[in-house]
Amino acid sequence: MVAHPTTTHFKDNAHRAMLDAQLQKALANTRTGFIEKRVLAVSKLPEFDALRDSARDIKDHTLAHLDLYLEAFETKVTEAGGHVHWARDAEEARRIIVDLCKQYDADSVTKGKSMISEEIGLNSAIEAAGIKAVETDLGEYIIQLRHETPSHIIAPAIHLNKEQVEQDFRRVHTELPKDRDLSQPTQLLTEARAILREKFLAADVGITGANFLVAETGTSIIVTNEGNGDLTQTLPDTHIVIASIEKIVPTLEDVSQLLRVLAPSATGQDMSVYTTFSTGPRRAGDPDGPTNYHVVLLDNGRSNMLGGEFEEMLRCIRCGACMNHCPVYHSVGGHAYGWVYPGPMGSVLTPSLIGVEKGGNLPNASTFCGRCEEACPVRIPLPKMMRHWREREFERHLSPSVARYGLSAWAFFAKRPKLYQFATGVAMRLLGWAGSSRGRFASLPMASGWTKFRDMPAPQGRTFQSQWRDRGGAR
Amino acid sequence: MSARDDILANIRRSRGVTGNEAPRRFAVTERLSGAPEGVVPARGQVEGAARIAMFRTQAEAVSATMAIVGAATVADEIGRYLRSHDLPMSVRRGDDPRLASLDWSQTGIDVSCGPSDGADLNAVSHAFAGIAETGTLVLVSGADNPTTLNFLPDNHIVILAAEDIDPDMESVWRRLRTRYGKGVLPRTVNMITGPSRSADIEQTLLLGAHGPRRLHIVIVENRDAA
Repeated sequence: MVAHPTTTHFKDNAHRAMLDAQLQKALANTRTGFIEKRVLAVSKLPEFDALRDSARDIKDHTLAHLDLYLEAFETKVTEAGGHVHWARDAEEARRIIVDLCKQYDADSVTKGKSMISEEIGLNSAIEAAGIKAVETDLGEYIIQLRHETPSHIIAPAIHLNKEQVEQDFRRVHTELPKDRDLSQPTQLLTEARAILREKFLAADVGITGANFLVAETGTSIIVTNEGNGDLTQTLPDTHIVIASIEKIVPTLEDVSQLLRVLAPSATGQDMSVYTTFSTGPRRAGDPDGPTNYHVVLLDNGRSNMLGGEFEEMLRCIRCGACMNHCPVYHSVGGHAYGWVYPGPMGSVLTPSLIGVEKGGNLPNASTFCGRCEEACPVRIPLPKMMRHWREREFERHLSPSVARYGLSAWAFFAKRPKLYQFATGVAMRLLGWAGSSRGRFASLPMASGWTKFRDMPAPQGRTFQSQWRDRGGAR
Repeated sequence: MSARDDILANIRRSRGVTGNEAPRRFAVTERLSGAPEGVVPARGQVEGAARIAMFRTQAEAVSATMAIVGAATVADEIGRYLRSHDLPMSVRRGDDPRLASLDWSQTGIDVSCGPSDGADLNAVSHAFAGIAETGTLVLVSGADNPTTLNFLPDNHIVILAAEDIDPDMESVWRRLRTRYGKGVLPRTVNMITGPSRSADIEQTLLLGAHGPRRLHIVIVENRDAA
C-alpha cells in the first residue's frame, strides 16, 4: 500500500521519529550491521572499485540508448512467448495489472518484494478489485499486517522490534494456539513460513518486481535471500513482472558486473542467496513454472529525467547503501521521508517523481557528509544532486520566507566586502561583549531555532578576517 | 498514441534523438552481439583442485554443506546425508538421466520423480554449473529439472560434476549460449548461493525463510579420468 505523501511534513515527521522510543531502539540495528558487513565483503574483492566504474559505465551507456534497448528487450520477451505492456504512469500500470488478474480469474495473488509496486500503490488497487494480495517477503508481510509502508528499500520492517512483530502475529494468526512461544525471531520466521506456504500454493497470479531486465535475452531478474520471490513466480499459473524502464541492461555480461556490486553494497554478501533469471513462460515439456508471463514496463516520470541534471539518479540499483550510511536516516528512519523512497536516494528521486512542490524539502534532510556517494556502487553524486534540488526549491520560492529573507540579507552584505567586514566586525564585538561573562548564549533574538535546543557559543570579539590580516594574511 | 509510443517518444525527446541514428543503432547491435566482458575478479581464476577448493570455501561460508565423491557413490552419499540428519529416506527428483542412472538400489531410499507439490521433505537436483568465485550453484529449468524442487522441499541436495565448476559467471554464460543458442535462455536459470535466509526481524540472520533450510552439494569427481 502506498500512503498519501507526507513529504512536505518532513520536519514534523523527523521530530516525532526522534521522540519515538520503539523506533529509536529499532534504528540502532541500522547504524552498524550493514556498514560492517559491507566493509568485510568489499575487503575480499580487490576489484570492487573497478567494478563500480564498470557498473556506472554500463548504466550510462544503457541510459544513452534506453529507447533501443527497451525495443530489443520487448522483441526478445515476445520471442520467448511472453507479453510486454507499457505504462506511462502509476494509474495505467495498476489498470494493466488488475485487468490481467481479472482476465485470469484470479482470487488470490502472491507478491514478491517490489518497490515499484509500492510506488504505484498496487496492493490497494488489487484489493479494490476484490482480489486478495499477499506480500510474501517476511518484512513486507509484517508491514502489510500493520498497514504500513516499507521504511527501508531492502529491509522493509527495519523500524520494528520483535515484540511488535509478535503482537501482530498474535493479532492476525488467530487460528494458532494462544499459548505458543513467539519470543524468538526464529519462532516468528517459522510461523510466517507455514502461513505463507499455503498462500503460495493457493495463488492464481504471482507478481514480482525486477532488479534487472536483460535486453539480450528478454529476461527479468530477481535477487532475493528468502526464496519467496521464486515461489511467487513459479507456483501460480501466471507470472507478472512490474519494473521501471531504467532497470534494463544490455547483456548477461553486463548484468554480471552489476550483480558483483549489488549484494556486497546491500547486505555484505558476495551474492544474494537467489539470483533468478526468468525468460518467458514455461516451455513445452516443462513440468512446472507459469503458463503466462507478462512484463509491465513503467515510466512514471523517468523518461523526463533523461538528459537533465538528475539523469544519473537512474543508475540506481536500489541496494540501500546510501541510507545505510546516512546519519539523517539513522536518526529518523525511513517513514519520516514521507513517501516510498527514503534516505539520500529518496531525497533525490522523490522530487523527480512526485514534483518539487511535494518532495522539494527532502534534499534539505542532509548533512552533506558525503558518505552516501562514497558507498554508492554506481557512483551517483547524491550530495551534488541534493544541492541541485535545493537550488530549484529556492528558485521556485518554495523555501520558507525567513530563510529567503535571511539569505537575501546575507547576499546583500556578501556582495559588498567592505560593508560586510564592517558589519561583521561590529556584530562580533557586540556579541563578544554581551557574551563575555558566560561565553555562550542561552537565547538570542531571531535565533530561537538554534538556542531552543542548544547554547550558541559567544564570539571572542574579533572576526576571522581581522585576525587573518593581523597574522600577515595570505603571504 | 499508445503508451509504448508515448514512452519511447518521450525518452527520445529528453535525449534529443530520433531512434534512427545509425551510430546509436550500431552501438546497441554491437554490444548485444559482442557481449563484452567487464571486470572479472581474480579470486575464481584458478584451475583444477584449487578451483574446487575455492568453490567449497565460498559455499561453506554461506552455510551450504558439501561432499566430494566418485561417480559410483553419489547415491550412497545421499543416503548418508539423509541418515546423518535423521531425515526420512525418501527423495523427490526430476527426470534428469544423470539422476536416473544413479545406483539407488542399495541405498534404501524411496525415490519419486517430478515436480513438488509442497509435500516433499527432500529433493535431489542436478546442477548445470557451479561458480567458484562465489560458491554459487546454477540450475536450469527444463523437462528434466523441475524448478519447484529447488524451493519447496526443506532439504535440497544438488549434484554437481566437478568439471562443471566454472571460475565465474561469464564462463557460465558461454556454456549456456552453447547449449541454448545466443540470446536464448530456458524459462528459469536459478543461481543459488547457500540455503534460504532472512534478516528481516531486527537484522538477525536466520536460515530457512521460504526456501530450503539446508543445502547439501555433492561434487562428483570423475576419478577414472583423473
